[in-house]
Amino acid sequence: MTSLLATVGLVKRFGGLTATDGVDLTVEAGEVHAVIGPNGAGKTTLINQLSGEIAPDAGRILLDGRDITGEPVYRRALMGIGRSYQITSVFPEFSVLDNVVLAVQAHAGHSFSFWRPLSAEAALIERARTALAQSGLAARLATPVAALAHGERRQLEMAMTLATSPRLLLLDEPMAGMSLAESERLVTLLATLKGRYGILLVEHDMDAVFKLADRISVLVYGRVIACGDPAAIRANPEVRAAYLGDQDAAVAA
Amino acid sequence: MTVGLFLTQALNGLQLGILLFLLAAGLTLVFGIMNFVNLAHGSLYMMGAYFAAAVFNWTGSFVLAGLIGVPATMLLGVVVERVALIRLYRRDHLDQVLATFGLILFFNELVRIIWGPASVYMNTPAALSGTVELFGLRYPSYRFAIIGVGLAVGIGLYLLIHRTRIGMLIRAGATHPEIVAAMGVNVRRLNTIVFGLGAGLAGLAGLMAGPIVSVQPGMGEPILILTLVVIVTGGIGSIRGAFYGALIVGIVDTIGRAFLPTLLREFLERSLAQAAGPAIASMLIYVLMALVLAIRPQGLFPVRHA
Amino acid sequence: MSPAVRRRVDARVVVAVLLLGGLALVPMISSLIGGPFYITLFTRIVIFALAAVGLNLILGYGALVSFGHAMYIGIGAYAVGILSHHGVGSGWIQLAAALAVGAVVAVVIGLVCLRTSGMAFIMITLAFAQMFYFLAISLKQYGGDDGLTIAARSDFGVFTLASNTVLYYTALGVLVACLIAFHRLVYSRFGMVLRGCRSNERRMAALGFPTLRYKLTAYVISALVCVIAGMLLANLTKFSAPSYMAWQASGDLIVMIVLGGMGTIVGPVAGAVALLILEEILSGWTTHWMIVLGPAIVLIVLTAKRGIYGYLVERTARHAEARASPS
Repeated sequence: MTSLLATVGLVKRFGGLTATDGVDLTVEAGEVHAVIGPNGAGKTTLINQLSGEIAPDAGRILLDGRDITGEPVYRRALMGIGRSYQITSVFPEFSVLDNVVLAVQAHAGHSFSFWRPLSAEAALIERARTALAQSGLAARLATPVAALAHGERRQLEMAMTLATSPRLLLLDEPMAGMSLAESERLVTLLATLKGRYGILLVEHDMDAVFKLADRISVLVYGRVIACGDPAAIRANPEVRAAYLGDQDAAVAA
Repeated sequence: MTVGLFLTQALNGLQLGILLFLLAAGLTLVFGIMNFVNLAHGSLYMMGAYFAAAVFNWTGSFVLAGLIGVPATMLLGVVVERVALIRLYRRDHLDQVLATFGLILFFNELVRIIWGPASVYMNTPAALSGTVELFGLRYPSYRFAIIGVGLAVGIGLYLLIHRTRIGMLIRAGATHPEIVAAMGVNVRRLNTIVFGLGAGLAGLAGLMAGPIVSVQPGMGEPILILTLVVIVTGGIGSIRGAFYGALIVGIVDTIGRAFLPTLLREFLERSLAQAAGPAIASMLIYVLMALVLAIRPQGLFPVRHA
Repeated sequence: MSPAVRRRVDARVVVAVLLLGGLALVPMISSLIGGPFYITLFTRIVIFALAAVGLNLILGYGALVSFGHAMYIGIGAYAVGILSHHGVGSGWIQLAAALAVGAVVAVVIGLVCLRTSGMAFIMITLAFAQMFYFLAISLKQYGGDDGLTIAARSDFGVFTLASNTVLYYTALGVLVACLIAFHRLVYSRFGMVLRGCRSNERRMAALGFPTLRYKLTAYVISALVCVIAGMLLANLTKFSAPSYMAWQASGDLIVMIVLGGMGTIVGPVAGAVALLILEEILSGWTTHWMIVLGPAIVLIVLTAKRGIYGYLVERTARHAEARASPS
């Protein structure tokens, strides 16, 4: 059975630094595969290669068995890869609703329509409203993005990613900068998405990771030093030494 | 077409390339460290030419023209940087373009007011008015001197950038400006020094170009645009790119203009060649730039970022 | 829509109507004062307003700062000039040729330039405009440096542009049509994609938009508007000159846009009116008026951002607000 996403021997070097050192990774449809590791381990570089923003120096990336290594970013998005950013990436000049409408529009045919106003496209707007309601922003549709709180912006980011109807989600530290309440909200949301999408989750928030992940890969200096279910990873001595360290006590409690 | 004629034009191309290198090096240094393309760089070249011409016509000494003109241009550059440009570094590109456009208009009008709209004539210095013997052909000494001075400056720049402390700061500032600032280096002063250096190079180019081009209002912009072609083709921010790009542009442009019309006459009927020749020759370097961009958008010798 | 926003929108409409209405009255006022001077001046203004509005599509709404759009004005002007030189006086043929050449050039140049961004894009557009400038100068059989005189203005069958008034209203009509079309365009699917690319292109690609083809389309559209402006300019002056494509001309277009206010469709019209009238007044005082204009541009860039149009809209909105408030 082919995995939804598979990387084969992915390598990326920046000058003398090897950010991705022969990474073999799979994400199955419906599973949450978390990638954890210390800062500088190369997690964002990995996601950038999967989404297509960086070209790997060696190795291949396969989506449903199909080689997408050479495909540009937008093609991968159209094939079903949705990505969220560690530093919120939205359209600050537009309203909350317009942000998500754009996301929906990307997958609703071509945009060489020059006369009809976007506000008249009821179908797109309806889908956008649904995505926003799902992300808890139903009350803030007309608000300009500049007026949103940080946590709300992260919610918008997630709503936009979901609005593109992806099959694979690449989430780069979605809980970054969120309060406890906001993080719990997001964990609940992601739990509902489990089973419907394949999710590659890069996160530092260990609570969330152990609650959501079906499998965990540990990335250190660009290499996957361990991959398995949460219990196995928790018990893995190499992982403890390299990463979990004194977090171990808190997690075990 | 004789070998001699070809060699002469090749040397002319080399000489043009050297002048372009002096301008491109200054422009690219400023861009590298401040991420700011100073479109008024052509105005500094023009002021350099005017200062040199004024001193030369007043004293009769080319050496004095250089000794006064080049530092005057450096000073002017520093003043412009401190008064106007420093407010633009954090602005978006549109603002930078507009502000430097305004400066260009100002300087062109300034020289028109002070020296009038007609060209100012500057003689070749007497000592260099003859010719030198090269590979059996006679080449103007002055143009040969330009090549020599330019190469010397190129070597000097290389040594400065790669062998001195300040050069190291410049290179560091080009790739990691925040770290340089965090190290306690006075970034503002470093910027001004780099800008002054660039202005000095432009002034030197103006001095040397004085006797062989028309010193007139608006002389800076055609050269500036050629310089932009150089740094885009060579790689923005890269001194090596500026050097090789300048030589390529200088030689291709000169040889193209000199020989393409003749070459076309071999293939096309006379009147068509007569029309198309100069037209295509004038477009040659831009087509070259387009080709480089199509294949390698970052230029031929781009700066390697960490 | 909140009352404040509604007032802003209404204010925009008021200012736009006043501006365009004023322009519509020019021929009548001009004939009252006597002499063709004013109608000629205002035809120039309307033509450059058209070109500025065209450029603003990609500059204001797409953040593509093209410093070479004057070359499309040149293409339009030379299409008229060259065809007229060879005896083709039909406006329709001239228009078709100008648009065809302009489109091909815009696609090729656009594809090359759009491989870069930021300052590189600006520099490369400038370089290509210079290339066309030198090309025009080198075409000796079409006037070269001196330019090409045009025997007669374009003949469109049912009407010709020979009369100054007809030319003026044709230009104004094209301008108004363009304003209406662009007003619809910026809120359409295409317009939102273009504005999204300005706002956050990385995200646009990640959402699934092939951004290059939309930016290129916008570039070509804005180029063709400038081509039409060029055709009208050649008709006005009965002359095609390389100077229409000089780098200063491209710079002037950008100044008009920023002076008028970048964030709106009508802004550049106000900017064109302001800049060209200012030039007229200043050049009446001294031949060295540029020395004032240069630093003035620098100052404007460093201080005001909303532009004249933005300022007028703001004044009108606040005026309406003062009238609406109960105190």
